[in-house]
Amino acid sequence: MASSWSLIKRSRTLIHHKKKLAFLGIGSAPTFSSSSSSPFMKRPCAASAPYINNHFRFLRRFESTKAEAAQLELQHYVTDDDDNNQVIDFPGGKVAFTSEMRFISESIQKRVPCYRVLDDNGMPMKYSNYVQISKEMAVKMYSDMVTLQTMDSIFYEVQRQGRISFYLTSMGEEAVNIASAAALSFDDVILPQYREPGVLLWRGFTLQQFVDQLFGNTSDLGKGRQMPIHYGSNKHNYFTVSSPIATQLPQAVGAAYSLKIDGKSACAVTYCGDGGTSEGDFHAGLNFAAVMDAPVIFICRNNGWAISTPVEEQFRSDGVVVKGQAYGIWSIRVDGNDALAVYSAVHTAREIAIKEKRPVLIEALTYRVGHHSTSDDSTKYRPIDEIEYWKMERNPVNRFKRWVERNGWWSDHNESELRSSVRKQLMQAIQVAEKAQKPPLSDLFNDVYDRLPSNLEEQERILREIVKKHPEDYPSDVPL
Amino acid sequence: MATLFQGLPSSTAFSSSNKFNHAPAPTSFSERKSSIVTVRSDARWSPVLNSATHKPQRLITNAVATKADSSLASTSSKPGHELLLFEALREGLEEEMERDPCVCVMGEDVGHYGGSYKVTKGLATKFGDLRVLDTPIAENSFTGMGIGAAMTGLRPIIEGMNMGFLLLAFNQISNNCGMLHYTSGGQFKIPVVIRGPGGVGRQLGAEHSQRLESYFQSIPGIQMVACSTPYNAKGLMKAAIRSENPVILFEHVLLYNLKDRIPDEEYVLSLEEAEMVRPGEHVTILTYSRMRYHVMQAAKTLVNKGYDPEVIDIRSLKPFDLHTIGKSVKKTHRVLIVEECMRTGGIGASLTAAITENFNDDLDAPIVCLSSQDVPTPYAGTLEEWTVVQPAQIVTAVEQLCQ
Repeated sequence: MASSWSLIKRSRTLIHHKKKLAFLGIGSAPTFSSSSSSPFMKRPCAASAPYINNHFRFLRRFESTKAEAAQLELQHYVTDDDDNNQVIDFPGGKVAFTSEMRFISESIQKRVPCYRVLDDNGMPMKYSNYVQISKEMAVKMYSDMVTLQTMDSIFYEVQRQGRISFYLTSMGEEAVNIASAAALSFDDVILPQYREPGVLLWRGFTLQQFVDQLFGNTSDLGKGRQMPIHYGSNKHNYFTVSSPIATQLPQAVGAAYSLKIDGKSACAVTYCGDGGTSEGDFHAGLNFAAVMDAPVIFICRNNGWAISTPVEEQFRSDGVVVKGQAYGIWSIRVDGNDALAVYSAVHTAREIAIKEKRPVLIEALTYRVGHHSTSDDSTKYRPIDEIEYWKMERNPVNRFKRWVERNGWWSDHNESELRSSVRKQLMQAIQVAEKAQKPPLSDLFNDVYDRLPSNLEEQERILREIVKKHPEDYPSDVPL
Repeated sequence: MATLFQGLPSSTAFSSSNKFNHAPAPTSFSERKSSIVTVRSDARWSPVLNSATHKPQRLITNAVATKADSSLASTSSKPGHELLLFEALREGLEEEMERDPCVCVMGEDVGHYGGSYKVTKGLATKFGDLRVLDTPIAENSFTGMGIGAAMTGLRPIIEGMNMGFLLLAFNQISNNCGMLHYTSGGQFKIPVVIRGPGGVGRQLGAEHSQRLESYFQSIPGIQMVACSTPYNAKGLMKAAIRSENPVILFEHVLLYNLKDRIPDEEYVLSLEEAEMVRPGEHVTILTYSRMRYHVMQAAKTLVNKGYDPEVIDIRSLKPFDLHTIGKSVKKTHRVLIVEECMRTGGIGASLTAAITENFNDDLDAPIVCLSSQDVPTPYAGTLEEWTVVQPAQIVTAVEQLCQ
């Protein structure tokens, strides 16, 4: 019994592995027109359908009826290559009919290709189109990727030493984190899942601030109330992380709606993983964003694993990118380990979202190198050589480094300096944070409401009485 | 913190005669005790001052408290304007939307359809599609959307077509709405109002007759209020919108067409206060929402039988107004709770616990709680009626309690 199960298990991961290898075969990026506001062309087989320009979008939500606008749009989809040119109308618009009973297959023959700019050696591929970045930008991106990587490894160790209670790393996803953040403006509102601390890092959250949150001391902006990794900073427009998966997706639509009402030139950007796309909130969030013409960018980090659930067991579709079209959303699949590709895609998506007031879905294919969290040991459900492969050969940081170095913008000296400096800063920050005071007892009751109501006042009073009676049971390092 | 709630004498039995022009002002203005203008069945009225004076012939046909510090002028002319409860909600909503451009409404069919109970009728035409937003059918999503919008600076009012559907929004309400102000260390606030009709209607079936206040009451970080009259509906709606905390406003399906007179002037009620409906001496009856009317009907019978019940509409379901309730318990020493929630885990259960903990020494008898049975609400009209507490049961309970 046991042996046949392990055989099956192995073969499943082989298939999984093969699918990943297939990405190597993808060559040049699809072309797009030079005007930065035009979206990418869709899949080749949908060549007959023209992409919609923004005319009809603005009609809705500023006037009463939306059905008319939608109908007008959909009429464009009635193309010449339908069987008969006869058309009938139904609620929702005119539709051509056919006398051939043809089921749409559950998937198209070829998977949606993946946009990438750099090959595995950090060389820009032939005919690749991407948004250029300056030296300063490239160096900052690379430095932040290194910082994120260093932070992750040190904090993981700190948890293993028992000095913090929990941690989860973003290893393998540094490019998605930093490159997407770099392509956005500081006005764009971020609603993260939990594997995007790099975005906060890019925006200027200091190492000390990160560590303070992990230790939950008085300097923590969250006042010690949330688990480690659940960062939040309204100053940096980074919404506090909330543990339940995908709850931030409809919230992003609300944030975008708010930005739209205020007329701001900014969008909401929200992240989730491949596992998050199974949640009801994902589907409703995308649907809402499309219907509300909300300027949201949905970035799905498809890293292959949701704790121990591989993507084959998460959905049967061709990844996440195909789901966008089902909701009427522009979507693109991007090599998430290619910093330049991610940067270009997010940069363009942002322009689409803001100028055309519509959502965009970006599926960033990547790999979760680390365990799900410190409570997980992923070697139990996936082979170690798979992890090693993605950690070494497909490492996004190294890949980008080669490109930056090749441009003459980075040297080995810079590298060693940066790494040692970051390590030192982190160690110092950890020391400071560890010694710092914990939040006082009053912070247990504050902020539940705007002011303390009578029942909480009473409960606080009772608690303080208990503490007074039994001081030996109360931790000495927590102020009252 | 305590704002004096203000009310007006009102009753459907008001005649158009000028008898009201000569109302002497009640003497006690500053205390929280309210004075009530009583209306007899022959349409004559007489003012009753403090509840300390005992007048066994008092008969209240309508359950609205009056302004304690009312000026002569306001009671002398036919004050205010008459409207139905759903119109009062709409008025409150409209006034707040005019006052603050950040206030917006989202929900199913709230826009051009005007809401399934017409609470948002006309608002979309007046304020535009963006501020009165029609959403697809995904409660968890539009609640989440409201939360995200609130965190970014708007003040959304989220309408659930029926409170029961908000069970689908439980994740967003519990894990995010109630928590994010706290877990973000106070950085983000969530001033949303979540409202909708709930309670047992007329043969709406089990899924549309939910009493969600019992499910939501544990969630930390939210406030819950229940309105019962046009007057408090408008006042609570305005207070909820102005509050910085997430507030859940419970309306009742069967109370939307209640007609009453409300003041023309602007007023905002306090979210944490209970309403003294009828002062009395013998027993404290605590109730809210639709059960208030059953209690008042039972009160008529009780008064005829010589009892003097004190009826309090608790209004604030989270947190309880233990100040008002406590004062009453200390006076009457007997408590009857009448609610529509189910026996297990309802508001009545929590209230019983709270009163017992705080005022046990003042009780002469155990608290009696009348609630619905722990059954899904049946569709058949007669069966449905038996799941809801009826006035006759209330009368019997008071009689037993006062033995």
